[in-house]
Amino acid sequence: MIKILRYSFYDLARSRWSYIYFLFYLLLGFVLLFLNSNLSKAIITLMNIIIVLTPMIGTIFGVMYFYSSREFTELLLAQPIKRGTIFLGQYLGIATSLSLSLLAGLGIPFLIYGVWQSSEIWNFGMLLVAGTFLTFIFVALSINISLKNENKIKGFGYAILLWLFLAVIYDGIFMISLVVFDDYPLDQFTLLASMLNPIDLSRILILLKLDISALLGYTGAVFSKFFGTGMGTVISFTVLVIWTFIPAWSMLKIAGKKDF
Amino acid sequence: MINTENLSKRFGQVQVLEDINFTVENSGVIAVLGPNGSGKTTILKIILGMVIPQSGSVDFGNASILGQWKYRRQIGYLPQIARFPDNLKVRELINMIKDIRGEPANEDHLINLFGLNKFLQKRLGNLSGGTRQKVNIVLTFMFDTPLLILDEPTAGLDPVSLIHLKELIEKEKKKGKTILITTHIMSLVEEIADEIIFLLEGKIYFQGTVKQLEKMTGQNDLEHAIAKVLREDD
Amino acid sequence: MYYFFAVVKQPVVFLCFFLLAICSQAKVITVCEDCEIDNISVAVAQAQPHDTILFEAGRYSAVNIELVKPVTLIGRKGAELDGEAKGYILKILADSISVQGLRLLNAGKSYTKDFAAIYTYRAEHFTISKNEIVGPFFGLLIEKSSNGLISNNTIYGQSIREDDSGNGIHLWHCKNVLVSGNEIYGLRDGIYLEFVENSTIRENFSHDNIRYGLHFMFSNNDKYIGNTFQNNGSGVAVMFSKFIVMKNNLFVKNWGTASYGLLLKEIYDAEVQENQFIENTIAVFTEGSTRVNYLNNHFERNGWAIKVSGGCYTNIFAMNNFLGNSFDVSYNSKMNDNKFEGNYWGSYNGYDLDKDGRGDVPHRPVKLFSYVVNETPETVILLRSLFVDIINFSEKVSPVFTPDELVDLSPSMTQF
Repeated sequence: MIKILRYSFYDLARSRWSYIYFLFYLLLGFVLLFLNSNLSKAIITLMNIIIVLTPMIGTIFGVMYFYSSREFTELLLAQPIKRGTIFLGQYLGIATSLSLSLLAGLGIPFLIYGVWQSSEIWNFGMLLVAGTFLTFIFVALSINISLKNENKIKGFGYAILLWLFLAVIYDGIFMISLVVFDDYPLDQFTLLASMLNPIDLSRILILLKLDISALLGYTGAVFSKFFGTGMGTVISFTVLVIWTFIPAWSMLKIAGKKDF
Repeated sequence: MINTENLSKRFGQVQVLEDINFTVENSGVIAVLGPNGSGKTTILKIILGMVIPQSGSVDFGNASILGQWKYRRQIGYLPQIARFPDNLKVRELINMIKDIRGEPANEDHLINLFGLNKFLQKRLGNLSGGTRQKVNIVLTFMFDTPLLILDEPTAGLDPVSLIHLKELIEKEKKKGKTILITTHIMSLVEEIADEIIFLLEGKIYFQGTVKQLEKMTGQNDLEHAIAKVLREDD
Repeated sequence: MYYFFAVVKQPVVFLCFFLLAICSQAKVITVCEDCEIDNISVAVAQAQPHDTILFEAGRYSAVNIELVKPVTLIGRKGAELDGEAKGYILKILADSISVQGLRLLNAGKSYTKDFAAIYTYRAEHFTISKNEIVGPFFGLLIEKSSNGLISNNTIYGQSIREDDSGNGIHLWHCKNVLVSGNEIYGLRDGIYLEFVENSTIRENFSHDNIRYGLHFMFSNNDKYIGNTFQNNGSGVAVMFSKFIVMKNNLFVKNWGTASYGLLLKEIYDAEVQENQFIENTIAVFTEGSTRVNYLNNHFERNGWAIKVSGGCYTNIFAMNNFLGNSFDVSYNSKMNDNKFEGNYWGSYNGYDLDKDGRGDVPHRPVKLFSYVVNETPETVILLRSLFVDIINFSEKVSPVFTPDELVDLSPSMTQF
């Protein structure tokens, strides 16, 4: 599997897109720091971007790479390699390469700016961790979609829809249902609904760092326990890990049954 | 070597294979023939494990291949359409496949034979269809595998290369290998095939030697024999 | 210069001797475990007005000791007064009494009486300083007294519930008291003032108290300056008071449901200046307050920097910094009679083309989402979601729910 991972990784590493992605984050980092001249403010802006952008890039890249590497996949399928190994290797190759672009692209400007010595290092670290998780999750989701759809255009469409749904529409429905069912106890529903969307989940992980003061303002006992103790972070992380495994597992499952 | 039992495959509404039973015991060249869409490629891909049958079983050696992968060490496969990652160079592709299989290979001889030396540092995306097919052939024949599966190996080849290919197949056959081949060039079949499997609408219409088919249809050559079969079918 | 001092020195020395001669009539009574006097009651009974009672290291039983003449109590290092959990420890009931350097422990607790480590009633010119008060019900309970000094005391308890704990420093009907440099923690209210006038609370550190770090009720013309309020139920509550000056204080991490850095309720004519509010759930909550000026304050990383509830008129918010707060300003109505002008808003994304240091586009600090959260608190979990950004943006473009005129017309481009 390491071999497949390596080849996918190198394949991507020499494609123009990884560099564009890397340069984009590099530029973003520098511009944010230049405009804000304040680490903490730059990190808050960055958070909004990461939460929305890494899933989108992960989705688009996943679909794009998967369709364009079909030849490679078919070539490998005829070789004495396990199917699971091929797909897992490719998946990890894409996700790792994207994550590295993210880590290096943002890491370099922020390190130059002295994030290491600042108190913001934990917030920044959390941001990168969330971004990495989202990359892995959305690459896996998009491979699922491309495995299910032979038609490139359709697959691409579904992938973008999925992103749009989880990034925006889900929260809209979520908010409206909270407002409509205002009279009922909503603690548990709220937490559950946030767990079901990986974007919300990583947003909460970052909220726990940046907005803990506001989160503690809410009265519900379940909420207070979740946010007031380390439990929130632990549970969010655990669920995020589960979120990473489920699409990867389903990807292997679909790939195992698919005809090439 | 290969044994299939009650093999059925459906793509959506289309029944591609229905109750296929055949056995390949001996070494030699077996040609899988049939009109377009008769399921030739599907059978080959099932043997390779790339397509998964709805029902039935495939044994390779004496074990079922379902869910297995190690048996592919003994198969060299030449796919119908030579599609490779575009941004790899020829040399890199060959090295990569060698690396992945981790088996000894003798590609140099083949590269010389097909005159690929000057293309080794070119990206696959920039190669012509014929050149790519040559690369395809190199990748298939460079390992010493007891079974070769060749899906339309002649596509896009120039006459000289075609001759080289035929020689190559003869040579492997002499080594005692089994070669499964599909092609639309009947002269090639007459020339090299020891046995043919004729598929029609997802079923095996005929399995035997070329002579037996000619005799059965009362024709003098394979081309006409097959044409007759198809006409009768209409 | 040197010459001048040389001349002046002699009269100064002379004056000192003169004063000493007068004072020497007052004597010092030393109390220690092996001394002739080993007991506080005897010492207090023997003391003449203006005598000093000096406690050497050791623990002395002290239950309801009444000081009815002007005396000075001084504790050497390790001197402790033990209330034996029976009631008050010391009662200051006369003028010009001073209590210093003592460690007071085991004051009584009661649900019917407000027992205190030091109780002061109708006293003037009292001084309570450098004492350590351990686990009292009330620490210092000062009633109807004036012109006093309470400084550099440490008062702490381990209170968990509001109803069985008292306040650290409790002033009732007092005037001209200076409370400074005290550290108070683990009590109900750190410092509590009711009907207190012309007093100053300065440089105290009030933290980890269950209710408020500092609590004003019906007190006018007071100041609190340079104090730190950290991790209390709420930082400071100022209620039903007028002419209060709040300056240069630090409000940190007052976290929790209905937890405020500063709570203002029915306040008139106050000044809130140069304070820092860091990581409080609600930095400033104001209700029914009028003519309050908020100038040069710094709000960073609070849940809500300013939450305005009904009936607040002609307040001015100017030259404040708002940085990284989840919500900068939150209103519960569409009414606004307050002025926001020339503040620095971290969330401002306008520009300054004419380079006058003022943003060219007005800033709207109230976000639609803050209304949604007011109505349905659970929605706070959607903070910073793209969807929320979108609805905030559309509200910004055409305000429907937020007060139309609530804008900062000249937001500062740089932090103050």
